[in-house]
Amino acid sequence: MKYIDEFQDPELAARLLDDIRATVTRPWALMEVCGGQTHTIIRHGIDQLLPDEVELIHGPGCPVCVTPLEVIDKALEIASRPDVIFCSFGDMLRVPGTGRDLFQVRGEGGDVRVVYSPLDALRIAEENPDRQVVFFGIGFETTAPPNAMTVYQARKRGIGNFSLLVSHVRVPPAIEAIMQSPDCRVQAFLAAGHVCSVMGMEEYPALAERFRVPIVVTGFEPLDILEGVRRTVRQLERGEHTVDNAYPRAVRPEGNPAARAMLDDVFEVTDRAWRGIGVIPDSGWRLSERYRDYDAEHRFQVGDITTREPAECRSGEVLQGLLKPHECEAFGTTCTPRTPLGATMVSSEGACAAYYLYRRLDLPGRATPVTVTTPSQEDSSLV
Amino acid sequence: MSETTAAPDMLSWTCPAPLRDRPRVVMGHGGGGAMSAELIEQVVLPALGGRERAPLTDSATVELGGARLAFSTDSFVVRPLFFPGGSIGDLAVNGTVNDLAMSGARPAVLSCGLILEEGVEIDTVARVAEALGAAAQAAGVRVVTGDTKVVEAGHGDGVYINTSGIGLIPAGVDLRPERVVPGDVVIVSGAVGVHGVAIMSVRENMRFEVEIESDCAPLGGLVEAMLAITPDLRVLRDPTRGGLAASLNEIATASGTGIVVQERAVPVPPAVASACAMLGLDPMYVANEGKLVAFVPREHADAVLAAMRAHERGSEAAIVGEVVADHPGMVVARTGLGGTRVVDMPLGEQLPRIC
Repeated sequence: MKYIDEFQDPELAARLLDDIRATVTRPWALMEVCGGQTHTIIRHGIDQLLPDEVELIHGPGCPVCVTPLEVIDKALEIASRPDVIFCSFGDMLRVPGTGRDLFQVRGEGGDVRVVYSPLDALRIAEENPDRQVVFFGIGFETTAPPNAMTVYQARKRGIGNFSLLVSHVRVPPAIEAIMQSPDCRVQAFLAAGHVCSVMGMEEYPALAERFRVPIVVTGFEPLDILEGVRRTVRQLERGEHTVDNAYPRAVRPEGNPAARAMLDDVFEVTDRAWRGIGVIPDSGWRLSERYRDYDAEHRFQVGDITTREPAECRSGEVLQGLLKPHECEAFGTTCTPRTPLGATMVSSEGACAAYYLYRRLDLPGRATPVTVTTPSQEDSSLV
Repeated sequence: MSETTAAPDMLSWTCPAPLRDRPRVVMGHGGGGAMSAELIEQVVLPALGGRERAPLTDSATVELGGARLAFSTDSFVVRPLFFPGGSIGDLAVNGTVNDLAMSGARPAVLSCGLILEEGVEIDTVARVAEALGAAAQAAGVRVVTGDTKVVEAGHGDGVYINTSGIGLIPAGVDLRPERVVPGDVVIVSGAVGVHGVAIMSVRENMRFEVEIESDCAPLGGLVEAMLAITPDLRVLRDPTRGGLAASLNEIATASGTGIVVQERAVPVPPAVASACAMLGLDPMYVANEGKLVAFVPREHADAVLAAMRAHERGSEAAIVGEVVADHPGMVVARTGLGGTRVVDMPLGEQLPRIC
C-alpha cells in the first residue's frame, strides 16, 4: 500500500489538465461507471478543475446503491432471527430497508457483525457450529470472486452452517442498458478498473463498437481519473471508439483467470434487479445449482417479502446519469445522510452522498461559494 | 450476455426508502458525530435543565472559592484492552487529563470507577491498574478516589473504566470556541488518525506493513508550553472520536465562523494513509488520543508553533488552516489538486468503537 502521493501529485495533475484543455474543442459527456471513481472526482474537486466542455456523469457502479430493497429486507429478516449470526461489510449496515436498517436490527438484539472479508464469516461459522452464519454477498465483479471462493471453501471443508445472501451484479449489461435508453447522453465511459482487473477487457470491444463509444479502463486515484479523461477526450475529438487500458498496473486484458474460474464454478449468470432501475437481463450472478444449498434465500425461505418504496426519491435517475444529485428536489432537504430517501445518499460510494458530503458549498443556492485557489505544500498564505 | 436488452422505462425508476426514526440506541449514537449530539441535545439535556446549564465542552468550568476549576468525566469501553502503544488504563487517564488540558487547566486529581465483568482474569485487572497508575504518574495527576463494580458474565466487555478529573485553570486563560474570529490560524500538534488505525489493526486482525502504535499520551505539558508563549489562545480541542473533522466542525458551529483546511498540510503518516485508503476511510475522521488542535490569533501563530515543535508531544505540529468569514459553520478543505470539498461533521461511527 504505497504510492498514494504519487497518484495525487499536483504537478502531474496540472499537466494532465493542461493536455485535456488543449485537446477539447466542444462539449463531451463522459460517464464514470464506478461509485469509487465518483467519490475520487468529488472529493478531490476534479470536476471543478476540468474544462467546462467535459461533463462527468455519475454511473450506477455503487453496489450498495443498486442492491434491491427486496434483498435488503430479506437481509433484515434473516438477521433478526435468533439462531443467525449475520455478517456484512460495514457499508451495508446503514442502508435503509423498508422501515429500518441492519444497525437497528442489531440494536434490537440481532447478532449483526461487520467483517472485512467473507472468510471472516466462514471462520465465525466454524467457531459457532450451533448457529447459522450468513454473509451478505453484494457487489460487482470485484467482490464476487472472494465470495464464490468462500462458498467453495465452505463446501470443501464441510461447513454446513454457512450461507450466502447473494445480490451480485455485472457491469457490461448495465452499460448496455444505459446506452439503450432513449434519454441517454453518455458519449464515452471510464470503465471501472478493478472490475476489469478480474474480468479482463474482452466484454468491452463489442459494446464500444455497437454503441460507438470510447471505453477507457480507468483506476481510482486522482491521476488515474485525469488520465482516463484525457484518453477518452482524445478519442472523442478524433472520432474514435476503441477500448483503451489506462490502468495497466492493475488490469491485464485477460483479467484474473483464477478468479474467473472460481466465478464460473460457483455462480451462474441470471437476470438481476437493480435498485431504482429495474431488472436488467443477464446482469447478475446467483449460486449455481451445485451450490444452491449455500443460498440463504433458500435456506431461510424469505421469498415472500413485500417492499414499500415512497415515490419522491429520484436516485434511479441519478444512477443512470440523467440527473445530478443536487438537481433532485429532495436533495439536502428531506433527503440527507441522516434521513436518506435512497441508498445513493447512504452508501460510501453513492453519488448523492458524495455531493452532500463534499460539494454542498458549490451547489447553487445552497451555500456561499469560496474562491478556489491552487495551493502548494509550501503555501504560506495561512500565516 | 443477452443480445437484446430491453430499454428500461426511465419513468418507473425510483430508489426510495422511507424516512426513519430510531426507537433504540444504535452504535452511531456513540460515534461522537451528529447522532451523538442529537441524542444528547434532544434526550439527555432537556432532562438536565437545557443546554444553557450544560455547555457542551470537553470539561466544565466551575468557580469554587475564588478558583476556576475544570471538571470532566469520561468512560472507556475500548476493545481490546491492550493494543499497540497503550491500553484501556492509559486511555482512561489520558482521555480525562486531556479533556481538562483543553480548558487550559493543569490536571490535578482523578477519580477511577472500574466496572469488571465476572470471569475476567485478576491478572488482567492488575495489568490495567498498573497501566492506569503509570499513566497517572506520567501525566502528573493523583488518583484520589474510586469505585469498583462487578457485572454478570456476558453483561460487560471485560473491563470498563470511568474517570473524572479536576484541574486548576490559570488566571488569564479563557479558552472558548466563541472567541474564535476570522483570521485565526488552525494548528494541529502532530499526525492524525494514528490511534484509530492502531486499534483497528488489532481488533480487526489486520496486518499492515508497519505496525502502527497508538498516540495515546497526556497533553497537559504541551498546553502549558503553549500558554507560556501567550495565554491568548482562542480554543483547544483533542480530536478523539470523530477525529479532526468533528473537532473543526464543532468549533465552526460554536463560533459561527468558517474554517478552511489545506488538505496536504494535515500530517498523516504514510502507514495511516495507506490503511485508510485500503478501508475507504478519511484520516480526518479517524480518532486520536494524543493530539490537539489549536486556534491561535495570527500574530501569535509562529511563536506558538515553534513552542509546540520544541515539545516532545508537538514535534510534528503544523499549521493546517485558517478561520474565515465565508461559509459560517462549515469546514472546507482545499484539496491537493486545487479543488475544494466540504469536510462535514461525521454522522455516526466511522469505525467500530475505538474509545
